[in-house]
Amino acid sequence: MASSSAAGAGSTDPAAARRNTKRPKYSKFTQQELPACKPILTPRAVISAFLLVSIVFVPIGVASLIASRKVVEIVFRYESTCIPNNVTDKVAYIQSSADKTCNITLHVNKHMKSPIHVYYQLDNFYQNHRRYVKSRSDEQLRDRSEENSTSTCKPEDTANGKAIVPCGLIAWSLFNDTYSFSRVNQSLKVNKEGISWKSDREHKFGKDVFPRNFQSSAIKGGASLNESIPLSKQEDLIVWMRTAALPTFRKLYGRIEEDLNEGDSINVILKNNYNTYSFNGKKKLVLSTTSWLGGKNDFLGIAYLTVGGLCFFLALSFTIVYFVKPRQLGDPSYLSWNMNPGGH
Amino acid sequence: MVNLGRRRMRGERRRKLHLSKIYSFACGKQSLKEDHSQIGGRGYSRVVFCNEPESFEAGIRSYADNSVSSTKYNLATFLPKSLFEQFRRVANFFFLVTGILAFTKLAPYTAVSAILPLIIIIGATMIKEGIEDWRRKQQDIEVNSRRVKVHTGQGTFEYTEWKNLKVGHIVKIMKDEFFPADLLLLSSSYEDAFCYVETMNLDGETNLKLKQGLEVTSSLHEDFQFSDFQATIKCEDPNANLYSFVGSMEYKEQQYPLSPLQLLLRDSKLRNTDYIFGAVIFTGHDTKVIQNSTDAPSKRTKVEKKMDRVVYFMFCIVFLMAFVGSIFFGITTKDDLDNGLMKRWYLRPDDSTIFFDPKRAPAAAIFHFFTALMLYGFFIPISLYVSIEIVKVLQSIFINQDIHMYYEDADKPSYARTSNLNEELGQVDTILSDKTGTLTCNTMEFIKCSIAGVAYGRGVTEVERSLDSKNGSTLIDDTRDSPVRNVPIKGFNFTDERIMNGKWVNEPYANVIKNFFHLLAICHTALPEVDEDTGNVSYETESPDELAFVIAAREIGFKFYKRTQTSLSIYELNPVSGDKIERTYKLLNVLEFNSTRKRMSVIVKDEEGRILLLCKGADSVMFERLAKDGREFEEKTLEHVHEYSDAGLRTLILAYRELDENQYKEFDNNFSQAKNSVSEDRETLIEEVSEKIERNLILLGATAVEDKLQNGVPDCIDKLSQAGIKIWVLTGDKMETAINIGFACSLLRQGMKQIIIQLESPEIQALEKAGDKVAIVKACRENIRHQISEAAQQITASRGTSQQAFALIIDGKSLAYALEDNMKKMFLDLATRCASVICCRSSPKQKALVTRLVKSATGKTTLAIGDGANDVGMLQEADIGIGISGVEGMQAVMSSDIAIAQFCYLERLLLVHGHWCYRRISSMICYFFYKNITFGFTLFLYEVYASFSGQPAYNDWFLSVYNIFFSSLPVIALGVFDQDVSARYCLRFPMLYQEGVQNLLFSWRRIFSWMLNGFISAIIIFFFCTKAMEIQAFDEKGRTAGRDILGATMYTCVVWVVNLQMAVAINYFTLIQHIFIWGSVAIWYLFLLAYGAMSPTISGNAYKVFVETLAPSPSFWFVTLVVVISALIPYFSYSAIQMRFFPMYHEMVQWVRYEGKTNDPEFVAMVRQGSLRPTTVGSTARLAAKDNDLKDIMELLTGSSQAESDVAYIHLVMEWCTQPNHHLDVKACHLAKQAFDEAIAELDTLSEESYKEHFDHAAFERQPDTLDL
Repeated sequence: MASSSAAGAGSTDPAAARRNTKRPKYSKFTQQELPACKPILTPRAVISAFLLVSIVFVPIGVASLIASRKVVEIVFRYESTCIPNNVTDKVAYIQSSADKTCNITLHVNKHMKSPIHVYYQLDNFYQNHRRYVKSRSDEQLRDRSEENSTSTCKPEDTANGKAIVPCGLIAWSLFNDTYSFSRVNQSLKVNKEGISWKSDREHKFGKDVFPRNFQSSAIKGGASLNESIPLSKQEDLIVWMRTAALPTFRKLYGRIEEDLNEGDSINVILKNNYNTYSFNGKKKLVLSTTSWLGGKNDFLGIAYLTVGGLCFFLALSFTIVYFVKPRQLGDPSYLSWNMNPGGH
Repeated sequence: MVNLGRRRMRGERRRKLHLSKIYSFACGKQSLKEDHSQIGGRGYSRVVFCNEPESFEAGIRSYADNSVSSTKYNLATFLPKSLFEQFRRVANFFFLVTGILAFTKLAPYTAVSAILPLIIIIGATMIKEGIEDWRRKQQDIEVNSRRVKVHTGQGTFEYTEWKNLKVGHIVKIMKDEFFPADLLLLSSSYEDAFCYVETMNLDGETNLKLKQGLEVTSSLHEDFQFSDFQATIKCEDPNANLYSFVGSMEYKEQQYPLSPLQLLLRDSKLRNTDYIFGAVIFTGHDTKVIQNSTDAPSKRTKVEKKMDRVVYFMFCIVFLMAFVGSIFFGITTKDDLDNGLMKRWYLRPDDSTIFFDPKRAPAAAIFHFFTALMLYGFFIPISLYVSIEIVKVLQSIFINQDIHMYYEDADKPSYARTSNLNEELGQVDTILSDKTGTLTCNTMEFIKCSIAGVAYGRGVTEVERSLDSKNGSTLIDDTRDSPVRNVPIKGFNFTDERIMNGKWVNEPYANVIKNFFHLLAICHTALPEVDEDTGNVSYETESPDELAFVIAAREIGFKFYKRTQTSLSIYELNPVSGDKIERTYKLLNVLEFNSTRKRMSVIVKDEEGRILLLCKGADSVMFERLAKDGREFEEKTLEHVHEYSDAGLRTLILAYRELDENQYKEFDNNFSQAKNSVSEDRETLIEEVSEKIERNLILLGATAVEDKLQNGVPDCIDKLSQAGIKIWVLTGDKMETAINIGFACSLLRQGMKQIIIQLESPEIQALEKAGDKVAIVKACRENIRHQISEAAQQITASRGTSQQAFALIIDGKSLAYALEDNMKKMFLDLATRCASVICCRSSPKQKALVTRLVKSATGKTTLAIGDGANDVGMLQEADIGIGISGVEGMQAVMSSDIAIAQFCYLERLLLVHGHWCYRRISSMICYFFYKNITFGFTLFLYEVYASFSGQPAYNDWFLSVYNIFFSSLPVIALGVFDQDVSARYCLRFPMLYQEGVQNLLFSWRRIFSWMLNGFISAIIIFFFCTKAMEIQAFDEKGRTAGRDILGATMYTCVVWVVNLQMAVAINYFTLIQHIFIWGSVAIWYLFLLAYGAMSPTISGNAYKVFVETLAPSPSFWFVTLVVVISALIPYFSYSAIQMRFFPMYHEMVQWVRYEGKTNDPEFVAMVRQGSLRPTTVGSTARLAAKDNDLKDIMELLTGSSQAESDVAYIHLVMEWCTQPNHHLDVKACHLAKQAFDEAIAELDTLSEESYKEHFDHAAFERQPDTLDL
């Protein structure tokens, strides 16, 4: 090409060495000629990428599915079972001061290795509602001297003219159903220690902050707190106050540190205090073991298997298509501007 | 010192020249005009006290000082003004409003986290503005602190800075200095206060202009004479009119009228004059040049305009989502309280603020609408504008730094003066080019001459060379590059052994030759400058043509070396003895050149006492002035002149006449009478007198001067037209020259049908003679309309029948009518159907109008390129204005958007930089929307699960730094560095450029696909994350995932997905890309660590979220992996399919590169040629057309008898040769014949089969310059 670009280009004129010239300095960077890898999606690259994904994903999928299947889970929905049959107005019943103890029996179908985690699961409960999420005072929870910083807690900020500790809707609506378990008249201890995150206990809830004036306002929300125990030890509260992301959620209640054998019947004495009836929420009691991956959820395993399988399928179909219908590359007749010519 | 001395000596000599004697036309006495009566009145109130700028009287008037400022801001106005500029952008204003709202209770996040990104973004933009303004300031300072000699009293002149000049100062300007302000010329180094001025910076004209001071002040030659100089000038107020000036000077108690002749304008340059004295009249912003400067129109690119529409579209989506969300929110909120019974009692709906109050649900919904707007504001990429600006600045640095666009000879790199048009360079549909100085160098070379009917000169013109090389034949011997030729002389490219080196004496008409060169050496207004050390003479002339003539005369042996006031001296080399003979001619009169006369003459008396009138002029005026006995060589000369102009040369006819004493006396009387008359028609009188004497001339011959094409222009035009860019030439030159240049540049070619629209028909001319203006206009209009519609019919008729290409050539006079409102659509319609368009004789305004017409009526991107001040209008009107930083001053460059040194750099600028920038910017914008939709839509989806309460899924600070830290750097790298194919391939496959012209990369389809991709990614991320972490235990310890964990996981996925998406989408991975992409992901984890380590007061629910919860849990990592890969699969599969089965053009080129087929000519040719449109211009098209024609011949020939083929051949050649207006018909016919002969010869020797092979091969071999890169 005897053209222009050669004009200024390779001239090794002595004048170039002259000082004060405005000649741009040559570097690979300024001339945009940096060494670069220029991958293009060749059939081989595409097929191997898909194959690689499927090779990696399928084993992971199998492993996580196995992990999930190994988890033994007992779920018992009780919000309607624990209401006496003759009650028609469930909300009134739950708000009354009647004894709401409820006995249920759980059957263990499979050996459950300790620790067995006890959860309560609520449904249709919007812990992620903005009003709810914001209704707390982190300063107050952390620091005894900040007792009165309750401005974010309205309407549960003060009662009887004094600040509520812990203030806010979250604390106020603390879950207050209780469960006690027994197996063949031998009670099963529920360990409630260590159910919360350590950072919460140590940094977010003060060791010298004690509940005060709690649940003393006109409407009683949920559980009351023992005023002699500092907040950092009130693990139920700590767990509750780490708000759930979605309207259906489980929260850790405690752990049973004994194995449960297949065929065991567990008697649960359940105090059905918490009002989910107003908003048609379900309540479930869950006993579950864990695997290295957490609780029972096949989704991850299935997702891995599906994606892996899909990739394998894509790899296969790409291979077939490439073989069956090889296209003459670089045939410009497919270009859009050749299909509908415009211009001159 | 030596230099100074010499200069002084020369000055002394020159001072004796009374130049007013030489010049007869432009500079006589100006008649008093009525305007002068207005002095002192309204609009004419300026009073200047010369030489006493500090006086009390001057003090009260307090005229502006001489400093100029082009800055947009100053310290005080910077903040408010630039803030205002920023918030004029809808997106920025939106963010300002949401930022302010963030301080209210409406905000879904904390106010600081919302306002901080805005501050960073606005801050960055403002810093950029500040730096740019600072640069302008520096430029101003540079100008303001130039130095000038100013009178400081007692006759001493001292240097001071320009900005210190005041009205009334007396300044002394030395040769080649710029005037610092508008000055009144008092005196000069010449006796009669003459000076030469170059006004290139004002109007782009290279001619030197003459200015003359008043006679009364012309004697002030020495510094000391100014110690007690006093005068009062009263004149008009500052205005923008460059060519008028009204004023009067009171000097020694007498009034003298002033005219523009005494006014020296700022930014023009003193030439050929050693020094002048002047009084400052207008300073700084009052000067005419600055009054004249208009702010360059701010241009926005098509991509940006479209981007704005995308932003508006996004706003619509945001508003829609917010609206839908508010309705749902209103319904659920209203539901919370059912007849006084609380449903979601934990929200305390009975005791609520307005924002959540079920009793006032509509109000709550409305408030929620604003909250939602803030939340979904993440759909609008806040950093989009600033990122684009940063990217564009970096891109223009690359343009400036491109070594391939650096012009060694002039030491000029390309310079992008505005950075905001980069991507528009990739979308140019039509180039409107100036001719002189743009396509051509504006240097004239004396190349041929015809003396006494004999043609001399073996030089090859660019046109011939171009044709020659394209024809692939060696029709013309190229002697230019032969080693015999020694150092090239500028302006002289003449070789002919017959007359060079004194050989002319042996020629039959030696005497005529002698007269011919005598005429060239004498008939001019050049000033010689002798280098006393070497004895070399150089010349200063008013036009480059003239320079070429004097140089030619010098080189042949008639060296003009001295001009005095009344005489011209030349050395004549006696070829026999080798002696130098000095000849001195007494200069009697100069009859100047002007555009109506089209000739100039001098009357001289030679040493023998003969009085000679020497005349040179255009052929149209010269031949009719020849004497009966002077027409000896007329026929031959005429033939040569036609030949020359066919070859793209400018011709002049030379003739002379001997006058006897009486004749001269009579003329002289009349002439001085005419010169001294003060009446209005003085010029006409002079013209008439001159007309009478310039008759009965004896023809000597003709000269041919080549207006040289710039380096590589034909190749560049070829490449550009291969890229599908239309090229229009708009020139002020005459039609013949324009057509010649058109041929030289391959804009026109043989076999192209020329449609010429002009008003030269006899009827019109007859009407013009009659002088009825209304009738003329009407007739012209009808005539033009008729011509246009006829041409359009012609094109329509030929469509489909053949690959006939059309060229439209229109002259300025016709253009004026064609551009009228009711005709311009017709005209444009015709023009766009022609392969090339040439507008000649067009005024600057017409250039701008044509540009506007093309721009507005076709809606396509236009690029104007030019170098002179007459192109300024066009440059500003076009979407992109490119200035050639050539010889014609800086005016065009100053009003251009990008300045390059050579036309041929346009190829690289458009095909490489333009293509890249367009691709980068459009990909970048698409990606921006993608990444923000991915992010924003996860927020929306979360709202669905949070009963639209406006609670964001992510921590506040995660939200606010997303656009700044985790996704901005890779996208900037994309915008700055990405290349689909390397520069080499861009140039090799010019058709790639069409991607930009047709806007394939920023089509709505592509934008929406990317948006859709964003939605898909968001959906995959959200649902995979929520389903995988839903309710069950999150880790082995049995704890479940709360809002904090789900948010952080989703966010991690978003960061990974958008960055990996980038990695999949780009084609060009340098180390920088790697660092930015993987760095962004790494920064996210680092941020998570650092932020989590801060006290919970700051970090909120992100406190230790990574170290304590996410990192130890396998499910976090596994969820990330599956989500990220799944989110990429749709795009990956799509692009794999597209790449393989429906590749776009750049992808084809990538395939070509990848498969190493670049050396397979057939394959490359298929990729290249397959997409060329059939009718286009350029040398490739010319070649193709020629091949086609040859093939036609061959088809006719093969299988037919000799007789038949003869008929076919004759038919074809006839067809070629009978096309009207075909300037190269002779050559075309010749070529056709030659090709035919060759073919016949081949046919004779070869069998038919092998012939065909041979032919194909030959056709192929002829393209090596285009195939082999």
